[in-house]
Amino acid sequence: MKKHWWKILSVCLLAYTFIAGMLGPVPRLPLLQETIRNLYFHVCMWFSMMILFTVSVVYAIRYLRTLLPKYDRASRLYAGTGILFGLLGYSTGAIWASYTWADPNIPLLDSFSTIARDPKLIGAAVALLVYAAYMVLRDSINDIDKRARISAVYNVFAFVLLFPAIWILPRILPSLHPGNEGNPALDVKNDISSSMRIVFYPAVLGWTLLGVWITQLKIRLKKLEDKQFES
Amino acid sequence: MLLELRQQYSFYGLLLYGASTLFLLFMALESPEANVWNGLFWITQLFICINAVAKAFLQESKGRMLYYYTLHHPTSFILAKLLYNGILMLVMSGISLLFFILLMGNPVDKMGAFLGLVLLGGFSLSLVFGFLAAIAARAQQNAAVMAILGFPVIIPQVVLLMRLSATAFSPLLEVPLSTVLLLLALDALVILLAVILFPFLWKD
Repeated sequence: MKKHWWKILSVCLLAYTFIAGMLGPVPRLPLLQETIRNLYFHVCMWFSMMILFTVSVVYAIRYLRTLLPKYDRASRLYAGTGILFGLLGYSTGAIWASYTWADPNIPLLDSFSTIARDPKLIGAAVALLVYAAYMVLRDSINDIDKRARISAVYNVFAFVLLFPAIWILPRILPSLHPGNEGNPALDVKNDISSSMRIVFYPAVLGWTLLGVWITQLKIRLKKLEDKQFES
Repeated sequence: MLLELRQQYSFYGLLLYGASTLFLLFMALESPEANVWNGLFWITQLFICINAVAKAFLQESKGRMLYYYTLHHPTSFILAKLLYNGILMLVMSGISLLFFILLMGNPVDKMGAFLGLVLLGGFSLSLVFGFLAAIAARAQQNAAVMAILGFPVIIPQVVLLMRLSATAFSPLLEVPLSTVLLLLALDALVILLAVILFPFLWKD
């Protein structure tokens, strides 16, 4: 029971997110109206994705320092869950955008190319492409040790070069996302009211813990598979 | 360490590759507008760079890599490779800019600034792809894998370069110095990462 408290915490936080997120008070802003509740889901997906990718890189560095296969396994699976959260982030974002940014006078598909030029969408696409390339690279190498080492090196290299895509591009390109003055994404204090913040922060934590939980289950499954493969 | 110049045929092959790409573009369009010119120019640079750098690592046979391994420290090896590729790309960038101006017209207003950007851009591209070629070569893969690995990583730099060079087309805009410094900082970052990470790729 001692080790499982965070799983219970995750479930409680997510239940709180759904109940308070759907029923709690939200400011009525023009254009956004009730769709602002999507903030508890859409934005949290991106936060969780970045946290999971960061965990993946930390494991890659630990692998390079120790060369223990368990770190490589963790690095690979955290990246996989990160991609899952990224795809969920895109789908929640697409629903949100279809109610807010898409021009109702022209067909939905025609407004897609304008929306897709948004720097945050580009940054997220770069992150997902990098980790998709990471998976391709892994699958293309047969030797297990070599695969682990080369993909860990690529993981670190690509992650560091990912920062310009996420921290610099949004500052130089025009964006549809709010809060582009100053610090994009993290300037939540000025963007959302205090009534939303008390749901938003627990929601980020809850979703991230859920991602970690999923990954831990996958790691245990993979460990069993590897053991079976060896015997 | 820098005695790679003897492989001259690859340089001429590269030159021919650049020239024929350009000729194809020349046939397809006549005198494009400034922003199309800019976009086409950087995409051509990107492909020339992939081909140039891929040759540097992927052509090395296993025996020769082992020979280098016994002779040199990994840090000096990767630095020499990156430097060689950088210089190769500087030359190639200059030549392809010349061809572009000859065949596609010259919409550039501030030639000095644009030339500087082209050289800086060619150098930056060659650094990133140089390290990725090392990864692809260790994975025994071809240049296609290098492109898969490299394109997402290179997007921010290419966007920065295109925006910077767009300012060189108009007499009204100034070239922002801070962005140039940002690109230089990125180059330094890539070199640092290469020096740190290459020893892990090196040992077998």
